[in-house]
Amino acid sequence: MISVEHLVKAFGPKLAVNDVSFSVERGEVLGFLGPNGAGKSTTMRMITGYYPPTSGRIMVGGHDMVEDPIAAKRLIGYLPENAPGYADMTVNGFLNFCAELRGLQGDARKRAVHRAVELCFLDSVLYQSIDTLSKGYKHRTCLAQSLIHDPDVLILDEPTDGLDPNQKHEVRGLIKRLGENKVVIFSTHILEEVEAACTRVIIIDRGRIVASGTPAELKARSPEGKLDEVFRAITLPDTVKVKAEARA
Amino acid sequence: MNAFANIRTIMKRELSGYFTSPIAYVFLVIFLLLTGFFTFTIGNFFERGEASLVSFFTWHPWLYLFLVPAVGMRLWSEERRLGTMELLLTMPITSWQAIVGKFLASWLFLALALALTFPVVITVNYFGDPDNGVIFAGYVGSLMLAGSYLAVTCMTSALTRNQVISFILSVMICLFLILAGYTPVTDLLTRFVSPVVVDVVAAFSVMTHFEGFQRGVLDTRDVVFFASVIGFMLFTTGVIIRNQRAG
Repeated sequence: MISVEHLVKAFGPKLAVNDVSFSVERGEVLGFLGPNGAGKSTTMRMITGYYPPTSGRIMVGGHDMVEDPIAAKRLIGYLPENAPGYADMTVNGFLNFCAELRGLQGDARKRAVHRAVELCFLDSVLYQSIDTLSKGYKHRTCLAQSLIHDPDVLILDEPTDGLDPNQKHEVRGLIKRLGENKVVIFSTHILEEVEAACTRVIIIDRGRIVASGTPAELKARSPEGKLDEVFRAITLPDTVKVKAEARA
Repeated sequence: MNAFANIRTIMKRELSGYFTSPIAYVFLVIFLLLTGFFTFTIGNFFERGEASLVSFFTWHPWLYLFLVPAVGMRLWSEERRLGTMELLLTMPITSWQAIVGKFLASWLFLALALALTFPVVITVNYFGDPDNGVIFAGYVGSLMLAGSYLAVTCMTSALTRNQVISFILSVMICLFLILAGYTPVTDLLTRFVSPVVVDVVAAFSVMTHFEGFQRGVLDTRDVVFFASVIGFMLFTTGVIIRNQRAG
């Protein structure tokens, strides 16, 4: 469904993403793990068509993101980092706006907004303007926006950031449910989240993929079977040795 | 067909954005007060003793100099500050649809402000017998002028996430567009350079092209001038937005 080949993104002389390749199929939930500034968001921004890649190819459902961006973008629902939203709009107005841009009109639009509102529990704030929302509601509003057209591909950049433990649990459950018949890619630096929701994990550090596998496979690499030990071992700056192992 | 629907959706959102915040009301009131003040008090509308709106239109290039950048400064800088630009440009729309939609929304808002000056037309028709064709041409010219300034502001607001910077840059560029053809400046220039050069410089000025409209002449060249300023500035906006993401 999504395939990414030799993706590179340079900002000036700095390589934010350096030769990243992977592919994801329907029914998979792929977790992007990595320290801050590792290139997770940049990779996601390229897959969603926000950043044009410096080189490499992105295919979404058979459409090339660079050659045919509109067709590719149609398949994607995207929650950007920090869940942006138009401050002066109400939740209802915002969701209707996004639905319209997704080509939904009339009854179809009403149904889509209603469904997204139910999925993300936004009933109580529907007519509140976005800048008065708490962080959790703001996040869920933006999440609702990404689900509004029932997309085949969901790309979520830190979907549980700023949520309280209950909300985190809800969102993880939602990701898992949605992942059953969609492609979900999400980034996080919370390790238990990966274990709770992912079928596959990619660990990125300084723009490169340093490890990939199922959560169980990655855990098996540590003597104590703990994911955070594996994470620390691979992403430490001076662990060239471990990196070499990961590649082998 | 799809393109029009997308442009309309973006336009609708942008336009309602003006009215859900106090911006629209503050702007409309100030615009109407200032046009009234300049026309009647400074422009000596009554003392002139002629049935025309010359004293009304003469001030527009100067009024718009501050008011139009104030309307347009948030167009893209706000998107960047809030991070909604990422949301907007990952929607299945092209960036030019977003640019045109936003521009048209603000232009429509300025057109509304201009339309609300209708009492001045009624006044002049009540007291005298003006040439309403000339007045109509003046309105068309004024709208084109506002559109040109707005397109400049569109471009400067794409440059920065800071609305103040966007405002100042656009006032500076618009001021240049005025001064290049402002009579005191062109008079000064003729002392130093050949008249041909002065004409070329003046040809880039909105003043030169706005004058025709004020006299009631709808000259294609003037219309083409304003349309190309708008086209060029919106095109530049597109280039800026693309380059920011290209890294």
